[in-house]
Amino acid sequence: MSLDLSQFHQAFFAESVEALDSMEAALLKLDVGSPDPELINTVFRVAHSIKGGSATFGFNEIASFTHSLETLLEELRAQRMPVSAAISDLLLKSVDVMREMLRAVHARQPLDAQRVADLQLDIELAIAQKSTAMPAKPNEPAAVDSCSWQIRFRPYAQFFARGNDPLRMLRELASLGTLEVHADVALLPALTELDPQACHMGWAMRLTGRIGEEALREVFDWATGDCDLAIERVSASGESPEPVPGMSGPRSEAQAAAAASESGSIRVGVEKIDELMNTVGELVITQSMLRQLGRSIEGAAADRLRFGLAQLERNVRELQESVMRVRMLPISFVFNRFPRMVRDLAQRLDKQIELKMSGEQTELDKTVLEKIGDPLVHLVRNSIDHGIEKPAPRVAAGKPPAGTVQMHACHRGGNIAVEVSDDGSGLDRERILAKARERGLIGVGDTFSDEQVTQLIFLPGFSTAAQTTDVSGRGVGLDVVQRNIKELGGKIEVQTEPGRGSRFTITLPLTLAIVDGQSVAVGRETYIVPLTSIIESLQLKAENVNRLSGRGEVFAFRGSYLPVIRLHELFGIEPRVRKLHEGLVVVVEGDGRRAGLFVDDLLGQQQVVIKSLETNYGRVEGVSGATILGDGSVALILDLAGLIRLTALRAAA
Amino acid sequence: MTVANPDATAALRAGPTEARAAEVRSHQMLSFVLGGETYGVDILRVQEIRGWSAVTKIPQAPAHVLGVLNLRGSIVPIVDLRMRLSLERVEYTAVTVIIVLSVHSGGVRRDFGVVVDGVSDVVDVNDDAVRPAPELGARAITDYIRGLVPVGERMLVLLDIDRLLGADAAHLDEPGRERAHGTHAAP
Repeated sequence: MSLDLSQFHQAFFAESVEALDSMEAALLKLDVGSPDPELINTVFRVAHSIKGGSATFGFNEIASFTHSLETLLEELRAQRMPVSAAISDLLLKSVDVMREMLRAVHARQPLDAQRVADLQLDIELAIAQKSTAMPAKPNEPAAVDSCSWQIRFRPYAQFFARGNDPLRMLRELASLGTLEVHADVALLPALTELDPQACHMGWAMRLTGRIGEEALREVFDWATGDCDLAIERVSASGESPEPVPGMSGPRSEAQAAAAASESGSIRVGVEKIDELMNTVGELVITQSMLRQLGRSIEGAAADRLRFGLAQLERNVRELQESVMRVRMLPISFVFNRFPRMVRDLAQRLDKQIELKMSGEQTELDKTVLEKIGDPLVHLVRNSIDHGIEKPAPRVAAGKPPAGTVQMHACHRGGNIAVEVSDDGSGLDRERILAKARERGLIGVGDTFSDEQVTQLIFLPGFSTAAQTTDVSGRGVGLDVVQRNIKELGGKIEVQTEPGRGSRFTITLPLTLAIVDGQSVAVGRETYIVPLTSIIESLQLKAENVNRLSGRGEVFAFRGSYLPVIRLHELFGIEPRVRKLHEGLVVVVEGDGRRAGLFVDDLLGQQQVVIKSLETNYGRVEGVSGATILGDGSVALILDLAGLIRLTALRAAA
Repeated sequence: MTVANPDATAALRAGPTEARAAEVRSHQMLSFVLGGETYGVDILRVQEIRGWSAVTKIPQAPAHVLGVLNLRGSIVPIVDLRMRLSLERVEYTAVTVIIVLSVHSGGVRRDFGVVVDGVSDVVDVNDDAVRPAPELGARAITDYIRGLVPVGERMLVLLDIDRLLGADAAHLDEPGRERAHGTHAAP
């Protein structure tokens, strides 16, 4: 029988990439000097599983490299080598190289063999040098006194299925010292009901000898997450057990977390969820069609039918919300890449930076999550490159030598707010003005309020760094950040205090999949206006409307004059009313500009699922997408910024 | 995206499969009537056949793009094939149908609905029976014709839908494109 392994490649790549992320995170948390053994174990496990997987699939370069890496990690784990800054760097570089190898193998591209070989040599050199670089620690530390350990070990039912063998573990324990074993068979079912593939037994053991906890834990290393394990130290004389200082608390927490994430989640392709979303969307439409039908039905069964339909409506709504929640992911997926980036940048720029993150568990839709990463990278780079000073000037300014960059995420209404703040030099008003004048962005005599000055940094072609570095200032400026965020329906704000730092706040909708909309009628068409762009709706009197040189119409609103957008003219449709005072005007805002949208009538507010027009058709100016209404027909969702731009172009023509 | 075929298409497909297996170089074509002529499209491109229903108009669209419809959750543009081929327009009737086709252009697959007078049947067309269309002048529709096939008494015009409809999709993606305002009235 020939087994086609390629069908498992995808899963191997996906899992390995994720595992590398956790390996990187663990490495960044690793304290040089006093490394947490649990972190080293995490790193070791990743290297080990990638080695196993790549050997299985015949990716020999990866297998060979990870083998060397594993050897090095084994030395670290056994504390025969110290975790020095150089080793930590070497391990981080290995993460990069493994990522690169996985990417290349996945894309069937050639590997950068030289780079891999160089690093592999470095790793082997490091292993070879351990004896000279530092005195090797004895394998079994003499400091360990003879003592007794109380071990309670209860494998979960699926223990065997994970390839674990409790007997082997017991044998291994027995080889460490004197072992007393009591089997717990209380949960053993009757023979007729016994599932021979499940593990029904537990063991209570007492192990005596010169054994360190580390060696003990190692026996159960591969069973973590598949069993309940309690290890307690009892003194040799059998007195009350001593608590193990410091170690068991955080470790058991980590184990619990690992167990939870292993048993509580499954991996599902995004397209499956999208399909589910689509089907639920269809269901919502069918349900509202049924509701309309149910109202018109008379007779004895009508009440029962309507009751059933109301029940259906509730269930469908809950289903829709649940599916929406499935797409929500914590923002930590994006935040996780920053510790590494900040570390590298700080090193390169010779700055001391401390990164603080909070609100990592804030959830947002996957589509938004994918798009928020690049703007955040830009802002953090900006803070480190332009904001935070080098240690010497910081000390001179009475600040600690290490600067702080803070990332914080939270929900604010129906939006997610992400802040990037630093305690650097802040925005320098005079320098910004000078630069803007130099670039010809503003006139020499123009005066600006502080707020207007901060807006200047979002202009295309603006960069204040005296020298362009390869960190930020590659001609891609904050204007791109702002544009990307606006395209997502969000906004970016900046607060700054000279000498104290700046805070950039990005506000984005939680999801790009639904929008709260106001339905409006023009002629026989229905359009959706996003509620976020509506300021208010009003009925104009004929005398309130003025014509500007016979062309555009304007009306007074809260002290300023706003242009009127006649949707029927722009879209070429036949309206029911043409006189402004006979219809309604919706005051809307887009891209910071306001206008009055002239419509026949307002219909109602509803949450709509956004569908793309571009999948099968293309982009339409003034339209951001489409949605499907309760009767199954399509309504276009208006893009107010686009409409305001279109109207201005028309007036100018 | 996978779009299940409705019963109509499935039934049309189910019949002559044995014939296709026997003759490798033959293709199955869905034939439909438009202004007295019979046209054919590769049946593997047919996603669905459905009756006419009112569409939602799209602003700034070319005149032959009538608007968009909801087809099982995706938004699909509907093209009046008579207008696209510069034929005389007719009132839509009960037998007016929309054939939903998948169009491949520029490496992208898009679904389009085309309005035709009526669907005829499925015919097997041997590759060696296809005759080139005669030159009919610069602005003729011959650009969109893959060839002509005699089928009994009639002549089947094989359409190259990728060129016919892909052109619409392609020019939509150009920035700063110029388009007529959709001012036609949906029937």
